[in-house]
Amino acid sequence: MASWSSLGFQDAASPLMEQLIFFYDYAMLVIILIVTLVGYMMASLFFNKLTNRFLMEGQTIEMIWTILPALILIFIALPSLRLLYLLDEVGSPEITIKVIGHQWYWSYEYSDFLQVSFDSYMLPPNELPDNGFRLLDVDNRTVLPVNAQVRVLISAADVIHSWTVPALGVKADAVPGRLNQVSFAVNRPGLFFGQCSEICGANHSFMPIVIESTSTDAFLNWISSSSD
Amino acid sequence: MLASRLEVSTTQLIASRVNMSAAIMSSAGKMETAPFDPRFPNQNQTRYCYQSFIDYHRCQKIKGEDYEPCSYFKKVFTSVCPNDWVEKWGEQIEEGKFPGKI
Repeated sequence: MASWSSLGFQDAASPLMEQLIFFYDYAMLVIILIVTLVGYMMASLFFNKLTNRFLMEGQTIEMIWTILPALILIFIALPSLRLLYLLDEVGSPEITIKVIGHQWYWSYEYSDFLQVSFDSYMLPPNELPDNGFRLLDVDNRTVLPVNAQVRVLISAADVIHSWTVPALGVKADAVPGRLNQVSFAVNRPGLFFGQCSEICGANHSFMPIVIESTSTDAFLNWISSSSD
Repeated sequence: MLASRLEVSTTQLIASRVNMSAAIMSSAGKMETAPFDPRFPNQNQTRYCYQSFIDYHRCQKIKGEDYEPCSYFKKVFTSVCPNDWVEKWGEQIEEGKFPGKI
């Protein structure tokens, strides 16, 4: 989860997020190189006394500063497209869950083998345990098996919401009447937090998301005890 | 006439192909869910849900209620459709108000 004074991303908990962080680092590297180069050139132009009133054209430099940025853009666009299509990939999902956004809570449905559905409300501060996370903990967590390819289908019942878990690298709008799909595999057990990301009304800030990733056995135990 | 025969054959085809893959998955002792469907390769899966729901009822209408392969479509739409939608469509069918062609 996010903690104090962390400026970067949360630690990746899925292969998708790892790739997103790699791409971010790579793009930042290119950006820093360009900003440094351009900054240096601007500064040196400000502070020197060179003049050349009769310079009308310079074909060579024009060629360089046209083709070089085009090449740089291609080198950013191709990995970006790769990532874009990778994020859309569902592969062969092993489990499907449905997430429905409401004003102001999320409800979850597991209907693959056992029918389980529940609402997930934020724990209000007065009910929060001492080791709880204020504004992030919920009464019913979304339990998922670790290392399984999960398909999440996202929709809403009233207004637009947005379901997101930054550590897993997923975010999709929850639109009434539409089913949006995201897919991921959690690569370690743990708790992963997220918050509604589309302004949806008064309690928009108070409908967090908690994914509890656990072993397949523990997941099966949980789902069979929840279905009663 | 031709159209309805065509419909039956595609229904059977899809059902048989899918039954096979489902059997493989269940023999591995794994949880199983609605597979990726190349007709719906996008983030928007609304039609996957709706089409499976329609297919299930068409299949039942053509082959009768006890025809086992139809249950594949039921599995898909229960996995994919929000429960609210299924409930609403079910009511509409009962009241004869369902807008889709079954």
